[in-house]
Amino acid sequence: MSTSDAESIRKQTRSYIVVFVTLMVMTVLTVAVSYFHMPVGLAILVALIIASFKGSLVAAVFMHLSHERKVIYWVLLVTVIFFIVLMAIPSISQWDQRMIR
Amino acid sequence: MEIPYNVEARPDTGLFNAKLGIWLFLASEVMLFGALFSSYVLLRTGAPAGTWHHGREFLNVPLATLNTIILIASSVTMVMSWASLKLNDFKKYRMYMGLTLLAGVGFLIVKGFEYAHKFEIGLFPKSNTFLAIYFTLTGLHGLHVIGGMIVNGYFLGPGSKMFKTEPERFTNRIEVAGLYWHFVDLVWIFLFPTLYLL
Amino acid sequence: MALVDERVAHGHGHGEAHHHELGFWQKYVFSQDHKVIGIQYGFTALCFLLFGFTLMMMMRWSIAYPNQPIPLVGWLLKASGGIIAPELYNQLGAMHGTIMVFLGIVPLAVGAFGNYIVPLQIGAPDMAFPKLNMASYWSYFVGGVIMLSSFFAPGGAAQSGWTSYPPLSDIAPTGQTMWLFGMLFLIISSVLGSMNFLVTIIQLRAPGLTWMRLPFFVWAQFVTSFLLLLAFPALQAAAVLQMMDRLAGTSFFLPSGLVISGQQLQVAGGGSPLLWQHLFWFLAHPEVYVLILPAFGIIAEVIANNTRKPLWGYRSMVYAVSFLGFMSFIVWAHHMFMTGMGTVMSTFFQTTTMIISIPSVIVLTALIISLWGASIRYTVPMLFALAFLPMFAIGGLTGLPLGLAPSDIHLHDTLYVIGHFHYVVAPGTIFAMFAGIYYWFPKLTGRKMSTLLGQIHFWPSFLFMNGIFFPMLIQGLAGVQRRLYDGGASYSHAQPVLHWNAFMSGSAWLLGLSQIAFIINLFWSMKKGEKAGNNPWEATTLEWAATTSPPLAHGNFVEVPTVHRGPYDYSLPGASKDFVPQHQLQEA
Repeated sequence: MSTSDAESIRKQTRSYIVVFVTLMVMTVLTVAVSYFHMPVGLAILVALIIASFKGSLVAAVFMHLSHERKVIYWVLLVTVIFFIVLMAIPSISQWDQRMIR
Repeated sequence: MEIPYNVEARPDTGLFNAKLGIWLFLASEVMLFGALFSSYVLLRTGAPAGTWHHGREFLNVPLATLNTIILIASSVTMVMSWASLKLNDFKKYRMYMGLTLLAGVGFLIVKGFEYAHKFEIGLFPKSNTFLAIYFTLTGLHGLHVIGGMIVNGYFLGPGSKMFKTEPERFTNRIEVAGLYWHFVDLVWIFLFPTLYLL
Repeated sequence: MALVDERVAHGHGHGEAHHHELGFWQKYVFSQDHKVIGIQYGFTALCFLLFGFTLMMMMRWSIAYPNQPIPLVGWLLKASGGIIAPELYNQLGAMHGTIMVFLGIVPLAVGAFGNYIVPLQIGAPDMAFPKLNMASYWSYFVGGVIMLSSFFAPGGAAQSGWTSYPPLSDIAPTGQTMWLFGMLFLIISSVLGSMNFLVTIIQLRAPGLTWMRLPFFVWAQFVTSFLLLLAFPALQAAAVLQMMDRLAGTSFFLPSGLVISGQQLQVAGGGSPLLWQHLFWFLAHPEVYVLILPAFGIIAEVIANNTRKPLWGYRSMVYAVSFLGFMSFIVWAHHMFMTGMGTVMSTFFQTTTMIISIPSVIVLTALIISLWGASIRYTVPMLFALAFLPMFAIGGLTGLPLGLAPSDIHLHDTLYVIGHFHYVVAPGTIFAMFAGIYYWFPKLTGRKMSTLLGQIHFWPSFLFMNGIFFPMLIQGLAGVQRRLYDGGASYSHAQPVLHWNAFMSGSAWLLGLSQIAFIINLFWSMKKGEKAGNNPWEATTLEWAATTSPPLAHGNFVEVPTVHRGPYDYSLPGASKDFVPQHQLQEA
């Protein structure tokens, strides 16, 4: 292993610590916010935004997704599209069904 | 006979086989949990007004917060164990991997307490649809934690011999195991607010 | 880049040179060789196909001659005096569908053909993860054993249809729980297997084998694997939820206030039966394409080889199957038009359904045009391939009225639906499977299958397939419902078309008889068939061209071939022979 590689690994470990601290803060924040008793819609929005932010940090930094190979991006792109379809359509269709009643 | 690109990366994709494999597996896991989350959304939005039970009524938020912290910490130690191998520091690898495993145990113990308490006060999956989805999602997630711990335990114990003979390949294995472990963490990051806080 | 170079240097340092002889168990039973696993898949799947077909032949007795003791196998049903009771009919129906789809065709199309052929066609020594490959097979095997043993469960096997719709399936006897467990094993098998295929195809292609030089069969398997990988988890989730309903007393799929036999069910309620349908069809529609894409692949190989011409429109076929795979994820609710679906969703799904028919037509058209002007060799595989084209066309076209809500309201749950999808799967996919078996048999054994027995197998099969399924379209248009153990005898509107039942059942039994020729051929040719060299069909793709004569050793290629050209260089102008193998640099 060359010294430059070792250096980049050390740099990465520092970023892991930063991310760790951020995640902790976010966790505390999302719990704290939940005690405010906001309207349901807003509460869901805030909680999901925070969760998505935390999730992206884990994916980008811990799972090295911020600098990954093209093939993996393609696989994940396809997955995300179908994930959204699977999340959205059953509920939309339930809503749509109510409309005709 | 040797399978090509088991250890070194294939030039045009830049990946070794297992790394692509684990990402594909995770893609399928995304769809599995996606289907369950989708069920949760559909059942919750479909419930007649006022009949849906909320996590807040039954669940222990401080304990779950503790578990979130434990799991995130274990993700950090996991990635540190990989970085230690990259730096050729086997001792540190063992320490970090041991900590990861310990965090997994801690998570399961806390979860066990939560479950036990629910059963004690007569809350079961069949009690209502919220508890049904709660037990299903956390139970499935718990199984994933156990699975990850078995793999990590193997790499801490008997599997770690490989570092002496094939350090590159062993480091790759830890990276792959790490990707899975981070995914388990990531799922929890979404489970926590959707089940406990909303 | 330095990192990569170093990895390469490292990688070559530690090639495990274990060339010791494997024992019997490791060589033939717990083998990690993709060829042995492929044969294991193939043999098991063929047995399941035969078993599933037998169930159907029993059902056909009840349909044609309801409430009469069944001959030959009646002694098996002592309790009912040899009569197929409606409950048993339901079990036979549910298990026929389950076994044919999940234990027969998918393992044969993907597990067997994919395993054996794909690594050879891409010039790889094995699958990317041989141990995982073994695990997929054994997971499939365990799933199959659980499914079969469910017949002996109290109350019999699953009887809620292969779709297992709740609430019926939630309250069905134990057999349904075993169905769910079996399904989980099959899903794990498929997910592991498809991941393995994807890595193999992406990572282990031989030097020079670029994406647009891949044989079409490999493309078909590639798209199929994506479908399996991303669609199956939805059923996995659904199976887990139904298991919770059945074992932990939850009510994911049980609505509030459900009354069964006059008794209100004592559950929390608040569930949604439609949720199951969404999750199930999210898997099961892509599953339809899992059944048909490998068939396209096999047919394309056989047609290119026997027309001695390049496939017409190879690229458009590749784009078509990729688009088909993508679209197959957003058409599923056309199975649910009758669930009181709203107009927005119904419009959406009708539109996507019409769109998805386009790529299928592109593939079929390209295959038909490939025949144009060719001097066709009418070998047995080619006969099956040629029969596939019109049969699949009938299957596809009869699907269009089902994809449009207004006509589906009339046709839903009638025998028309059964006729439609059986035309796709039986004389469609299964004919393609036969074509594949006849075509690749010399690769496995070094011998050709008998042409005479092949002809004796093909012509009656072709005839009787249509004898079974075409009348179903007629009966369905007349409004006869599916899943009736008496074939509609108790309905007055079915009377004018009831006489078809005996004709169809007769065809089914004769179809069964014609398969004997195939079984004899299979075993006889292994020992006594005409000897074939390593390239009996004079084909261009790597599995024939770059390997030694069968049986192939573990590791496949003596030296890794380098690919210099596209997959179907037949009848090149100026070439001395009418085919140029993919690994051949220049026309000699």
